[in-house]
Amino acid sequence: MALIEVKDVHFTYQTGVEALKGVSLEIRDGEFVAIMGQNGAGKTTLVKNFNGLLKPVKGEVLVDGVSTRDVSVAKLARTVGFVFQNPDHQLFSETVEEEIAFALRNFGFDDSAIEKRVTWAVNLLDLVDYRKTSPFMLSGGERKRVALASVLAWDPKVVILDEPTIGQDHRQKENLRQFIVQLNEQGKTVVVVTHDVEFVAECDPRVILMREGRILADGEAKRILTDTALALEASIVPPQISQIFQGLSFLGFPSDVIDVSEAKRLLVDRFKELQS
Amino acid sequence: MSVFEGFRFRHVSSPIHNRDPRIKFVFVLAMFAVTILFTEFVPLLVLFFLPLPFVWVAGVRRQWLRSLRGALFLATFIFVFNFVFGYLYKSYPTTNALLEYSLAMTLRFLVLVESFSVFFLTTSPDHLSLALEQTHVPYEFTFAFTTAVRFVPVLAEEAQTIMDAQKARGLELERGNFLKRVRNYIPILIPLIVSAIRRSLELAEAMESRAWGITSKRTNLYVLKIKFGDVVLLVLSIVLLVLGIYVRYFVQIPQLSTFLPPLPF
Amino acid sequence: MLLRDTAATLILAVIETSGLTYSYPGANKPSLRDVNLTVEKGEFAILTGPSGCGKTTLCRCFNGLIPHFYGGELKGDLRVADLSVNERSTGEMAKHVGLVFQNPENQLFALSVEKDVAFGLENLGMPREQMRERVDWALKMTGIEDLRERAPHELSGGQQQRVAIASVLAMQPEIIVFDEPTSFLDPLGAQRIFEVISHLNKQLGITVILVEHRLDLAAKYAGHVIIMDEGKIVLDGAPREIFSSERAWLLGVGIPKAVRLWRLLEEAGVALKGVPVSSEEAIQYLREVLWR
Repeated sequence: MALIEVKDVHFTYQTGVEALKGVSLEIRDGEFVAIMGQNGAGKTTLVKNFNGLLKPVKGEVLVDGVSTRDVSVAKLARTVGFVFQNPDHQLFSETVEEEIAFALRNFGFDDSAIEKRVTWAVNLLDLVDYRKTSPFMLSGGERKRVALASVLAWDPKVVILDEPTIGQDHRQKENLRQFIVQLNEQGKTVVVVTHDVEFVAECDPRVILMREGRILADGEAKRILTDTALALEASIVPPQISQIFQGLSFLGFPSDVIDVSEAKRLLVDRFKELQS
Repeated sequence: MSVFEGFRFRHVSSPIHNRDPRIKFVFVLAMFAVTILFTEFVPLLVLFFLPLPFVWVAGVRRQWLRSLRGALFLATFIFVFNFVFGYLYKSYPTTNALLEYSLAMTLRFLVLVESFSVFFLTTSPDHLSLALEQTHVPYEFTFAFTTAVRFVPVLAEEAQTIMDAQKARGLELERGNFLKRVRNYIPILIPLIVSAIRRSLELAEAMESRAWGITSKRTNLYVLKIKFGDVVLLVLSIVLLVLGIYVRYFVQIPQLSTFLPPLPF
Repeated sequence: MLLRDTAATLILAVIETSGLTYSYPGANKPSLRDVNLTVEKGEFAILTGPSGCGKTTLCRCFNGLIPHFYGGELKGDLRVADLSVNERSTGEMAKHVGLVFQNPENQLFALSVEKDVAFGLENLGMPREQMRERVDWALKMTGIEDLRERAPHELSGGQQQRVAIASVLAMQPEIIVFDEPTSFLDPLGAQRIFEVISHLNKQLGITVILVEHRLDLAAKYAGHVIIMDEGKIVLDGAPREIFSSERAWLLGVGIPKAVRLWRLLEEAGVALKGVPVSSEEAIQYLREVLWR
């Protein structure tokens, strides 16, 4: 049984904007999914349906077999953790410790469990030195880590990250990428909403490409990100390596290359062929 | 957040929307003055229906009705208050007279609400701020007003996002006793306030970078010009005032009791 | 006037700093340490570096927000458009240096695009007719004439950012500094903004300083790259040199993938004609090597 089932979901905002026009998909336990598309394609609207923040106008969303309509957001949040794009939208506590403990208290963990989990989360996200610091004193990148820690602390089955790479420099993105991959390898279901093609190219997850409230494509990152027709339709910019190989396709190279190392290997092999 | 719908900038054009806000305000003041002149039911009823053609032409019927519905609670209170106290203290010779007076007071309140409501419904915020600027209100205030209106939808959205973010961490806003519910709003208010402070800082930087305050002689891209329609409205206001004074002092106003049978109590 | 003769051409340095050092009031260490930089008129310079390296601080020095808005003491020399930043108010600097910020929403104050673009001009007390011309011109240059009457909240992030650029452009500064203008935009939106910026640089000769992390999209427009780290400038020169250097690699800056590929190929013995900074250049150079 899939962990998250989306069955022909339609959603319209109060302003009249039709954000989801019949979306169906399944996410299995332990998957790593990237939901991509232009700003306004409906990605965030879709994931907000996963934890019940939004309920479908038509259709149904089942999380662990239970319809999101039958359960409160607080209850769903226990299974589906959501890390919002801007950490400043959730930080309010006096210390990092309390910030992380907030959700744990809401979910009814006892004090000793809270203590253990806070320690674990703080170690995981490299925030030990800041445990007793006010989150408002921390830098942007550090605040993002606090937000992430506060969600991971209650160990949800699914972790949704909404545009985690915005405003991050290269090194921070790299660290984040490694962290997410590790999380997934340890068994967590990870859903990343992003428009950062290069980031996705390096992670190589399952990609769900959206456009104007519908799913355009669903499958391997390699296949989807290198399809020029799809990229055009979804208004996304393909990864640079893919662009290069598109330009070299007349030389007989495969078109579905997104990884730099693979690109190098193919080119070097061809070069050597030509030498001989 | 439907309560903020009214703040969404609507570029509406109608003969009423296009009127100079300053003249519209003069009209509202005239309505105000004439309303105060009467304590009788009939003239106040006339005054109540007077702005209706404006409402119709401006196409703001639904919003107008909504604003009246909002005032209904207070209006009922005013009526009951006047009637009950008038009855208990026997301030009026007949119950009919008391009824008339209470209804008149209620109507007076409604006419006032209605006039201001029509004013704001037919004046877009930027039109209003332009009028403020041209009446030499110091620019800081006009700017504060315009910027506040500009950011209302942004703040509303942000408040929603913050609520979502905290709900997604298990915060249940509806649960608990009164005290607990108030405390539940702390995780909403703090990020909102912090964000507002950050936003002000960024706005200030942007303002400074565009030469804010370099000269006190600020100019304006737009200018409000009095047009023919505005003159008409001004004349209407004066006529209304004059007519009101005339009717008040020289015309016999029919009492409500002439239309109603005397009440049993 | 600061002039430097090189061969037969006269080059004007439009930004010149030497020994620039600054600490925010109350900070325990300086955000800028001994920064020496020259930017020439008409250049398109990219300023980048890891988070916290001081690039945002440096931007704020160019138009006088530092020291006038933020306080503190700005040590060293800084001349922008031949004016000393320490001695001129931010308002005066605004006529010569425009600054476009990261968050599009927080740069727009008015209830219509037109009024926002005119904001700076109104502040300067410009006569109405002249303002109208400038506003029309700025809207045209940034391609947003059709958005003239719209309210900022109705616009997409990319559109809002173009309004911000138009409102800075309307003041006709010689230099425009862009502080991570595409942070909140998707790659296509980012591309469009870079195209607008490049257009302003090429057509109007405006000196551009672009602070960016997304080098794969922006690198191809730059003629000058500056990399900072911990308050100092550590690399300064032509894009191809800088991106292909070992140091840039070690700093963890987002080197464009095309350059990375070039490097891997070089190490494997495949030499290309030059260092490609965009996919188009990479395709071109690779073709030459692989097509007989």
